[in-house]
Amino acid sequence: MRAAVPATTSFPRFSRVVRPGFSAWAIAGLLALPVGVGLAGAMLPAVGYMPALGGTTFSLAPFRALFAQPGLAASIGLSLASGLLTTAVSTLGVALFLAAFHGTIGHRVARRALAPLLAVPHAAAAFGLAFLIAPSGLLFRLLALPFGFDRPPDLLILGDPLGLAMMAGLVAKEMPFLLLVALAALSQADPDRRMALARSLGYGKAAAFLMTVWPTVYRQIRLPVLAVTAYASGVVDVALILGPSTPAPLAVRLLGWMNDADLSLRFMASAGAILQVAVTGAVLGIWLLGERLTGAMRRQAATTGHRYRRDTGFRIVGSLPVALAGSAVFLGLLLLLVWSFAGFWGFPDVLPPSYNLTTWERVLPAAAGPMATTFLVAILAASAALALVVVLLESRRCQFRAAAGRAIRLQPAIAGLIYLPLIVPQIAFVFGLQVLVMALRLEPTILLLAVVHLIFVAPYVALALADPWYALDPRYEQVSASLGHGPITRLFRVRLPMLTAPVLTAVAIGFATSVGQYLPTVLIGAGRLPTITTEAVALASGGNRRIIGAYALLQTLLPFLAFSLSGMLPRLLSPQRRAKRAP
Amino acid sequence: MKRDPFVPMPETAAAKIAEDHGLVLSKVEISRGPRRLLAIDGRVAPGSTLTVMGPSGSGKSTLFAFIAGFLDPAFEASGAVLLNGRELTRLPAEERHVGLLFQEALLFPHMSVGENLLFALPARLKGRKARHAAVEAMLAEVGLADHFHRDPATLSGGQAARVALARTLVAEPRALLLDEPFSRLDQELRATVRDLVFTRIRQRAIPAVLVTHDPADAEAAGGEVIDIGEGGSRDAP
Repeated sequence: MRAAVPATTSFPRFSRVVRPGFSAWAIAGLLALPVGVGLAGAMLPAVGYMPALGGTTFSLAPFRALFAQPGLAASIGLSLASGLLTTAVSTLGVALFLAAFHGTIGHRVARRALAPLLAVPHAAAAFGLAFLIAPSGLLFRLLALPFGFDRPPDLLILGDPLGLAMMAGLVAKEMPFLLLVALAALSQADPDRRMALARSLGYGKAAAFLMTVWPTVYRQIRLPVLAVTAYASGVVDVALILGPSTPAPLAVRLLGWMNDADLSLRFMASAGAILQVAVTGAVLGIWLLGERLTGAMRRQAATTGHRYRRDTGFRIVGSLPVALAGSAVFLGLLLLLVWSFAGFWGFPDVLPPSYNLTTWERVLPAAAGPMATTFLVAILAASAALALVVVLLESRRCQFRAAAGRAIRLQPAIAGLIYLPLIVPQIAFVFGLQVLVMALRLEPTILLLAVVHLIFVAPYVALALADPWYALDPRYEQVSASLGHGPITRLFRVRLPMLTAPVLTAVAIGFATSVGQYLPTVLIGAGRLPTITTEAVALASGGNRRIIGAYALLQTLLPFLAFSLSGMLPRLLSPQRRAKRAP
Repeated sequence: MKRDPFVPMPETAAAKIAEDHGLVLSKVEISRGPRRLLAIDGRVAPGSTLTVMGPSGSGKSTLFAFIAGFLDPAFEASGAVLLNGRELTRLPAEERHVGLLFQEALLFPHMSVGENLLFALPARLKGRKARHAAVEAMLAEVGLADHFHRDPATLSGGQAARVALARTLVAEPRALLLDEPFSRLDQELRATVRDLVFTRIRQRAIPAVLVTHDPADAEAAGGEVIDIGEGGSRDAP
């Protein structure tokens, strides 16, 4: 018989073995380590040191070669603009939407309608947008009839030199993402009572929201916003599909040098990776300055006493950005589907006159292998991430046993370490890891790829799981402990079963994150481990819309299935328990 | 008695105004589906407080939301609320000039104490200096001079409650709704803050409605007491 050890005596024994919180630091360090190692791996060749390629003396030659590249300033400018504009437009769109629609039906509609968009990978969304806005895309087909033109207009829309199409593609994907994150964070800003208070003081709805609720919401979603900033300033996949090529944004050019057959270019690529870190750092710095500036403006506006009561018309303006982004992605997906089944489809026709299965008959056999690789890597990375994140969150909770019931959060330092891979540009440190992999003569395997994906999957799993994990009433476990159950039993028999739904959602988010990874897959897989994502992006230059449509749909299919399963499984697992499903 | 600063008072209609003045709840009935939650008919004179008592779930907060303009569409309400002769029921919340005090102080965490009050101070008072002075004066009135730059998170419960009161008053409300504003305070503080609130209400001559389940609150308020009790309704007299 198991001895009924009171909870209070079992914890000190447990903590003598492992100091509480130690594993949290260990795991956070483990996740951040590749960033440091990768940056070092990029830094050394950047100053001329790479024995494998005969670089044994330190020199600034790689940087001189880099700065001699034509159009480098334009590439840097594109990266800066992409990082700043994408984030600014996306964040502003979210703020306006919430200000206009908080507490209305539109709010609920948006949540329902946008949630599936989380499943759409960046590349698929970008292809969809391309099919929509290209001169021969749906928009111009719809315009062709009333304006009477019978051939696509001669306009440079995709790959425009200012990168507008690229930024539109990024915004279309990031704005719904940030809106969903903001909707989840909203309840912590006590919106109903704050709005009631501000309106009883005479403020119009929109002003009341922006001045009293939004600042708290923004603080909650700041990390994802910064992740968007970093991502957009170092983007590769969306840039390859929608971005300019003469010159391309910095990260795209770096990838070209990194994969060049001429290995000596890697010195310059390393220097470029360091430059990319500086560019992303500058974007983040400017963004933080902008935060201060808008904060000061908001404070100013909130102290003059103006009530901003007239906000009719605001709703229409406020709904536009989110509605445009959401419908662009949805329409884009539909176009991918239509193209994948289309027979001959001439220009002004809005729909193809005939459909066939030829495309799919060609694509399915070829895509089976990459799909299997994608699935395996994603499921491995997501499960490993879940295990790590659970240990991390539990280890933090152990420190709070005495004050159970108090609000628990990860220490800022640990959170910073976990999220570091989302803030440092991928291309910089993953390239360093590639250099390391080469130096260690490691073969690219599915396991290796999963380990690298894990670096990017774990932060998102942690982001998704932390709040529900710490929101569970600690008394359930106190009751179990008083019944004589140890920490492991409590975790597996009480906590995890009660949190089935959020755990599965977190796994699905991790899975989707892995499926969407382009850059780490290309760099670490070295072309020998094609996934559905690398195959799809590789099709961008070919321009066969039917094949692209099919691949992009397949790329969306895996995350979509993961989200659908994560939504259905809790009900299938325990159909008889009603209370458990209640959030 | 001090005149309500918002309402221009034409001398010719003085008699009518005496009647109009205050908060009139005219045949207010609120129900949810088939269930009638409460029915109230009456007038709260300027400077006096109507106390509505009842257990939780009896519809106290619903009445509160109805007067302030935040009634959930799930409820059906009939009757009218008039404030100094002006019907509130059809106005949006931001045009009612009804001040709210909640159980919690609800100070905006991203603003300093002074900024919380500046946010409430009407825009009519212009100029940074004048606005700051008005806020400082209000803070001094509730015994918190020199707290302008404090972070609300560093205040004690009693201080936060007083800042909340100051914020509500500095907006020059024409009526005040109090939703158990003292229940979070400990016994000692409760008496002081309660005293402060009801003194201000009398001084400023604004009608107030207090929702509570503490008989001591009702006693301190000193006005009419309505018990909407277990049955959930009180018929119009």
